[in-house]
Amino acid sequence: MNLLLDAIRWVFDPANYGGPNGIDTRSGEHLALSGLVLLIAVVIAVPFGYFIGHTGHGRGIIVPLSGGVRALPTLGLLILVALNVGIGVVAPVVALVVLAIPSILAGAYSGFEAIDRRVIDAARAVGMTEWQILIRVEIPLGLPLLIGGLRSASLQVIATATLADYVSGGGLGHFLFLGLQTNNYPEMLGGSIVVIVLALASEGLFGLLQRLVVPAGVAARQPKDVRLRPVRSQTALG
Amino acid sequence: MIEFRSVSKQFPGGTVAVNDFSLVIPSRKTTVLVGSSGSGKTTILRMINRMIDPTSGSIEIDGEDISTLQPVKLRRRIGYVMQNSGLLPHFSVIDNVATVPILSGMPKKKAREQSLALLDTVGLDRSLAHRYPSQLSGGQQQRVGVARGLAANPNILLMDEPFGAVDPIVRAELQAELIRLQRELDKTVVFVTHDIDEAFLLGDQVVILETGGHIVQVGSPTEILSDPANDFVASFIGADKGKRALTIRKTPRGEILVDSEGRAAGVLVPAQDGADR
Repeated sequence: MNLLLDAIRWVFDPANYGGPNGIDTRSGEHLALSGLVLLIAVVIAVPFGYFIGHTGHGRGIIVPLSGGVRALPTLGLLILVALNVGIGVVAPVVALVVLAIPSILAGAYSGFEAIDRRVIDAARAVGMTEWQILIRVEIPLGLPLLIGGLRSASLQVIATATLADYVSGGGLGHFLFLGLQTNNYPEMLGGSIVVIVLALASEGLFGLLQRLVVPAGVAARQPKDVRLRPVRSQTALG
Repeated sequence: MIEFRSVSKQFPGGTVAVNDFSLVIPSRKTTVLVGSSGSGKTTILRMINRMIDPTSGSIEIDGEDISTLQPVKLRRRIGYVMQNSGLLPHFSVIDNVATVPILSGMPKKKAREQSLALLDTVGLDRSLAHRYPSQLSGGQQQRVGVARGLAANPNILLMDEPFGAVDPIVRAELQAELIRLQRELDKTVVFVTHDIDEAFLLGDQVVILETGGHIVQVGSPTEILSDPANDFVASFIGADKGKRALTIRKTPRGEILVDSEGRAAGVLVPAQDGADR
């Protein structure tokens, strides 16, 4: 209990703010690193996820692959990359992008797959092009699940980004590694508390966003009679 | 006029949904394709707007081979109404109706105004315009679906069991409404159903289909009822027994019609001009 109090005291000690190793600076680095990682992961994973969700192709290859990637230990990957590119921020970015991609990918394609096939069939039948189906129907309706994927990716990345400082990549990991080396447990725990606060803030933010992006007509949906919902396959027989 | 010439469709996996199907669908009439599941009726319908392309044979609309037309352009000039309305859940009623005109480049404001007028046409109150489909009843959703089908002012309207998922009372209303609409608008309607009563009610031309899109009989309801092609048709339309096999029974107060179960079904009245079709 004393340790926890000491840790909280450490977090609120003004002496620990300011300068290159201040909690504020390190938190900023941590968030910047996480944000960059999420951005890169989105740029890579969303197009793939949308492609799988829209066409139904590639599911058999990409989905197991991204599942397998989930099993990679991030620390191992981090060191492996760092051995090749040297210490600094590049190795953690690569390792964390690999960590973030599976959740975002899953969010992107499952968002599309969750849309009632009849809605897409009707959109096509009234004369929407494939792009129009993608942009006007699939992306807006799939957005809540994509944000859900981003939400869990963000949580994982913020928590795991503590490893970055292991290869001098900056961020809040500094306090953990330094505290461990100098037996300064209040600092170590205090650093963890800051990470937890950031992670919770990300959860709250994405949770809110996830609600905001639910399209109006879908949010207004009443629970429907489930008997009326047999999904007709795309090439329905007479 | 829509003409099918020896059209076949085999799906990947080997199912032959339609085999050597030929039919002429006259303009400005309602043609109803009726058959049980697996008769290929939906496949036939969906080949008209190239949602499905035939494996062999050709389909012409007013003499133009549709395989030479771009599917998207073709679909925009053909109205399509499906079961469970197929409305976009995140579009308001008015935007659902205006979808096709806006896609075709009509200014939004004009498309919305025109769509409001269409709500009147299909008997929907304008106050529903800014609701979402999930906030409407099944019958209202179907009306929106019909309005959307009519929005681009197409010559052809395809209807795939549009009233299959609503309750019988609403269905009867919608059927009456469609008959009224057709009288006003004069479209070429192709209607798919498994309900022979609905087929006889709506169809100028009724096409009875068996497995694989095999045509058992084509004709007006009168022709089919008065001269069923075979026992299958007779039993499918219920002419051999049931409520369509009526006999005259003399009662002390006059003649009535009874069905095969002996239940009173109606009375004979003098014919009106033009009632026959």
